[in-house]
Amino acid sequence: MHTLVAHSAILIIAIPLLAAFLTPLISRVSKKARDILVIATLVFVEFLVIILAKDIYLNGIHIYTLGASSPSLTIPEHYMVPVRIILEVDAMSIFMGIISATVSLAATIYSISFMKEETGGDRFYTLLLLLVVGMLGLEFTGDMFNMFVFLEILSISGAALAAFRTRFADALEGGFKYIVISAVGALVILFAIGIFYSQYNLLNIAALAQAMQYTMLDKIALALLAMAFTMKLAGVPMHMWAPDTYSVAPAGTTPMIYIASQACLYGLFRTCFTLYGVTLNTATIGWIVIIIGVLSMFVGVTMAVHQSDVKRLMAYHAISQSGYMLLGVGVGLAVLGNPEALASYGREAMSGGIFHIINNALYKGLLFLTAEALFFRLGTRDLNKMGGMCRNMKYTSIFFIIGALAISGIPPFNGFTSKLMIYESVYRFNPILSVIAMLVSIITLASFTKAFQAAFTGPALPQYKDVKEVPKPMLIGMGILTIIIIFFSLFPGLIVNSIVNPATDALINQATYINAVMGGL
Amino acid sequence: MTGTIFNIPFLAVAALVGIALYIIISQRNLIKLVMGITILESGVNLFLITLGYRAAGIAPIYTNAPEGVMVLPVPQALTLTSIVIGVATTALMLSMIMLTYRHTGDIDSEKSRRMKG
Amino acid sequence: MASLAFWNPIACIIAFVVLVAIIYLFRSRGQKKYKKGTAQTQIFLSGEKPPDAEQRHIRAHNIYWGFFQALKQYYDPTIKAHTGIINDYIIWFITLVAVTAVILFIVWLT
Repeated sequence: MHTLVAHSAILIIAIPLLAAFLTPLISRVSKKARDILVIATLVFVEFLVIILAKDIYLNGIHIYTLGASSPSLTIPEHYMVPVRIILEVDAMSIFMGIISATVSLAATIYSISFMKEETGGDRFYTLLLLLVVGMLGLEFTGDMFNMFVFLEILSISGAALAAFRTRFADALEGGFKYIVISAVGALVILFAIGIFYSQYNLLNIAALAQAMQYTMLDKIALALLAMAFTMKLAGVPMHMWAPDTYSVAPAGTTPMIYIASQACLYGLFRTCFTLYGVTLNTATIGWIVIIIGVLSMFVGVTMAVHQSDVKRLMAYHAISQSGYMLLGVGVGLAVLGNPEALASYGREAMSGGIFHIINNALYKGLLFLTAEALFFRLGTRDLNKMGGMCRNMKYTSIFFIIGALAISGIPPFNGFTSKLMIYESVYRFNPILSVIAMLVSIITLASFTKAFQAAFTGPALPQYKDVKEVPKPMLIGMGILTIIIIFFSLFPGLIVNSIVNPATDALINQATYINAVMGGL
Repeated sequence: MTGTIFNIPFLAVAALVGIALYIIISQRNLIKLVMGITILESGVNLFLITLGYRAAGIAPIYTNAPEGVMVLPVPQALTLTSIVIGVATTALMLSMIMLTYRHTGDIDSEKSRRMKG
Repeated sequence: MASLAFWNPIACIIAFVVLVAIIYLFRSRGQKKYKKGTAQTQIFLSGEKPPDAEQRHIRAHNIYWGFFQALKQYYDPTIKAHTGIINDYIIWFITLVAVTAVILFIVWLT
């Protein structure tokens, strides 16, 4: 067991990678064996993530050096800098890892009944496992170029999954827009990595953070990195690809592509807090992040109210909720150089933003899955054609209500707890931002009332008389997310103290991250 | 500045990246858009190789190496990885354009879009 | 969290159970003796014939019409800006990288 924990970081990345390429072979035997292989792989990854999380909360940062004689031998003999690829998992990385593993498991269980009706199932599961590899690799790595490679793996499999249903023209358009955006963004990130290598001869994040002097070229690299990550996480005004892509992705892959965007949010925070950290003039970049966050919240939700396509509505809400996270953590970034402001409200703002990441992953994933359930049974995404579904699809309606109340920040659901933390702390920073956030919350509730009324309530339409409830695997996938939402709603203090506050401290303390690799050099 | 001639590759990088961004912004034909992305990728790869050059350096091969400074080998490894990723991305983009043409009969980025707003 | 907060999971569960009990109480006091299928279960519109289900249901693009008319000055440019053309998405990106680089440069100068 101790060996399993010591090697868990690389196993979490390697096992889905192996399973991704075994899937086409196993499916020659039988389709059921392939489904069992995929679910078993993801359950095992979830198990490894949980035992790694326990180890990190007890023992601190977990280091794994690839190719060395022992996993913690980061700097070889007679060397001054780390030269191998190092996976450095701290509390923030494992927080994102827990989100990725859990939502991927729920989404894959949901996809099983969906894929029974489609052909090309082998390629679907291969791409899905590669997407999981890309997400978890991006979150665990401690090396900048490795981050670029996993970002590209994530983009290519995400775009191929989005365009999976090639019989629809808009699916191809959504996938094409995603791959163009990702290709341009990733090449800009590679340019910034080249700038770092040319100045410091280093690729490791901890070593770069120690050697960083904030020269003119570093400023250009910061602008390139921050904006490329912001485009990948769909921050306004570079968000316009997101509704197109999220609305056409099949089955349960929309939550997974969305969690991949949240992994890019993690990349943005890693860059600002750990790579640049104390050398930055954090007030500037903090205010840039805050303004992008406020714009995302407002433009996201006002466009969402206007939509008639149910998955596009959910996608605009996803953009809007990302704005809350950027606002919360941006306030923390802006006061990072000011110790007493940081202690009084900065840390709580960051905790609120980070807690919102996991809450949002859960209820947004649930809402995407319910929207896809409507499409599965009715064959249309247009809200103007739906009506009266609460009689036929009772469980889906209940899941939709729980998701809609949670996303609008209605007590006692988990959305309320993280939004309250953000409102309270951002108010002390600047009251106007908090007022805009509350207004956005109200408009969120308005737009979900519209969606619920149009799709679920109303008279029973004659053309939908024979529509049945969705199959069992889909209900199980949605049920897993609902149970976790209810658990988070009842015990928010437990979650904040055990998972969220260590992640906030890991982002604020750049020195711990550097010392884990450089070992005091 | 020692050796102004060694700055020509950096000027070439700037020109390639600039032309590529102009193509991506202005060309409506989707195939030309993909060509623009490929030129951008060539520019970034050239940047990676050029930053490794050391004056009067030799190839970084240890067997029977003559005396002298070697150019940096790590950016060459990064460039190889980036070329492979570029091949995969270009193949995916071109196959999507082909299927879009089959569905909509047009490869103009404005006329073949079905989603807006 | 602030010291005025009160969050007890048992209280939430008890509140939920009480709410369900109240709802059940309200529903159990309804009329039990009615004849299904006669005029007692149909919509009453002062003697007019109610339109069929297709026309009765308010569609999604009609809800919040007043809100959209009031904010027309905000909505028209915003919706026009979401063109759907891939080239425009990259224009936004390049503009924002340039603006960020200029802002960081100006802050460094001052």
